[in-house]
Amino acid sequence: MTVDFIFEFLSGLLDGFISSNSLLIISMLVPCLAIFGFITVYALVVIYAELKVSSFIQDKVGPMGQGVGLHAGKWGLLQPIADALKLLLKEDIIPSSADKPLFILAPFMIFIGAFISFIAIPFGESIIVTDLNIGIFYILGVGSIAVLSLILAGWASNNKWSLYGGMRSAAQIVSYEIPAGLSLIVVIMLAGTLNMQDIIKYQAGGIFNWIIFDNPFVPIAFVVYFISAIAETNRTPFDLPESESELVAGFATEYSGMRYAFFFLSEYANMFVVSAVAAAGFLGGWHSPIQGFMDSPAWGVFWMINKTGFLIFVMIWLRWTLPRLRVDQLMNVCWKVFLPLALINIFGVAIWTVVFNS
Amino acid sequence: MGVVHGQEMVLNIGPQHPATHGVLRLQVKTDGEVISEITPYLGYLHRCFEKHCENVSYEQVIPFTDRCDYLASMTMNFGYVVAMEQLMDIKVNDRVEYIRVIMAELQRIASHLLATGVFGLDLGAFTPFLHMLRDRERIIDLFEMTCGARLLYNYMWVGGLSHDLPKGFVEATLKFLDYFEPKIDEFENLLGHNKIFVERTADIGIMPAEVAINYGVTGPNLRASGVNWDLRKDNPYSVYSKLDFNVPIGKGIKGTVGDSWDRFYVRLQEIRESVKIVRQAIDQLPKDGDVHQSMPKKIRPPKGSIYSRTESPRGDLGYYIESDGSDTPYRLKMRSPAFTALGVLNEIAGGWLMSDVLAILGSLDIVLGEIDR
Repeated sequence: MTVDFIFEFLSGLLDGFISSNSLLIISMLVPCLAIFGFITVYALVVIYAELKVSSFIQDKVGPMGQGVGLHAGKWGLLQPIADALKLLLKEDIIPSSADKPLFILAPFMIFIGAFISFIAIPFGESIIVTDLNIGIFYILGVGSIAVLSLILAGWASNNKWSLYGGMRSAAQIVSYEIPAGLSLIVVIMLAGTLNMQDIIKYQAGGIFNWIIFDNPFVPIAFVVYFISAIAETNRTPFDLPESESELVAGFATEYSGMRYAFFFLSEYANMFVVSAVAAAGFLGGWHSPIQGFMDSPAWGVFWMINKTGFLIFVMIWLRWTLPRLRVDQLMNVCWKVFLPLALINIFGVAIWTVVFNS
Repeated sequence: MGVVHGQEMVLNIGPQHPATHGVLRLQVKTDGEVISEITPYLGYLHRCFEKHCENVSYEQVIPFTDRCDYLASMTMNFGYVVAMEQLMDIKVNDRVEYIRVIMAELQRIASHLLATGVFGLDLGAFTPFLHMLRDRERIIDLFEMTCGARLLYNYMWVGGLSHDLPKGFVEATLKFLDYFEPKIDEFENLLGHNKIFVERTADIGIMPAEVAINYGVTGPNLRASGVNWDLRKDNPYSVYSKLDFNVPIGKGIKGTVGDSWDRFYVRLQEIRESVKIVRQAIDQLPKDGDVHQSMPKKIRPPKGSIYSRTESPRGDLGYYIESDGSDTPYRLKMRSPAFTALGVLNEIAGGWLMSDVLAILGSLDIVLGEIDR
């Protein structure tokens, strides 16, 4: 389902009616709309999941309601839609002393970072927007756009709490990208490619061919990557940039309504991206755990979404269980624990590969 | 490594801030994340409690005491009626005393549950807070069963109680205690021994015993510093001398004596002790006795003054009452334990990081209603 495929399909269909340039634009817009639709629907589902999972963890029922009217629907299923509508209908406030252009730019930038990561995420053997030959590198790269946006938001709000949030996020995200990237190097070394589809194809043939079970060093790399990924998406126990009991709402203090919704949406979109990279890089992507069992291209989407969904569930689970780290402890964990571990992993995997696999 | 000093920034934490437990404004001087000086500004919740009391009759003071420390209204009532009974030389019967102790200790459990839960919330742990709130709700149900109110009880009156215990209260309380005791262990494991929680609280905000004593800090905050001082033991009032319980003190299990973790753990231990006291008090509760027996028709204490103190969940709660022989107090002064606890904040929290300062503030368990009065 790449752009080229859509282009060829459309030019076969509409040949002669439209110029090929406008056809190219249309064939690029189709996956854009598809991704946007996917993110929106997915965010509604995950917000509902977050509400319900947190409720079960906290021994309460969460959003509930029966019938029609002002209730939140059966089992509160309409709650995320109500939340989204509320955010959309709110007054759009820009503080008078804020740096207006930057203040407006920040939420869009963070969303763009999350949005364009999706084009390199494989949902199935042929379901990927653009099968880049540097896919994993590309996702890591555009993922860093988020930090610029958070600094912008923190600075442009002209609020001390926002400034604190922005500075914390700058330090945190830049630091945690390093162990995350080094852990993914292990995957790249084993698969011998940066292409997402080729990394997944390398893991064909059941659960024991997945990269996470390749050798004893990879599970460590997986854990380091996953924890760093949680830190990159600013979720508890690493939600320092927006820690609500310290910094009110951190970088998002002055944002409300639609603009806040973009920060919110991007957080959930980023959760999906980092979990999808973990699922593709370590857990076999769209491959079934048992070879030949539910292993057709259509089931590939099922496996990919479910593996990603499981990792997202773990993130929600951690969020509602753990307290928050302090800013210096966060840096200690990154530079003194994860970075050495990630480097040792690279050496370990290299030696293991040379000794056992050659 | 040298320390880099940047420009200092003045930051107002509060009056509207999620971590200030009410309406408190902390003006802090910050250098990046490090906070060098903390100045608390009070009075956002000042309701002229002491002045009001001079204009109402003695029994009308009791609802005002409820509203001072709205998280421990029973013990606030208790302190006032103990003072009044000393002033008027009234002896109440044992049933009243035991019911008062049961209520005060249930209130202590409820208050400590909220204190430890909110402390977790300040550190970002949301779930333990809601678990605590769930169990506190059951205690509040017991209070509602007794006097109809869930937060401000007006239950203990001078010389008696507003109501006797309702039918089924003892069974309901025992059922609650059976349910609750395993939950304390669960909570201790969920939050108290959590690695991140220990990292955030152990060796943070150390309050040495002499600092605590010099600032007049009392209650769990003082005991966490290793000082064995509990008015229920050291200056027994009511029937506490007939009950067997321990006074937990801070031992520095995870760090140093008097750190934030100790303050948390002392409260958790006190919950266990309070459960013990409630069980004993229910065992020894006399079957008969009129709760209105010793209530005077007209409260008009003789000329004179009294200072009486009791152990509230937050520390030594003192009432100074001066009577001129009329039916309104000439002067009433309340010694607030949370006020002294807030006073020590700059001493123990200055120089720590921003996150630590808010954690230390949470560990001191202040209630702004009582500080501002």
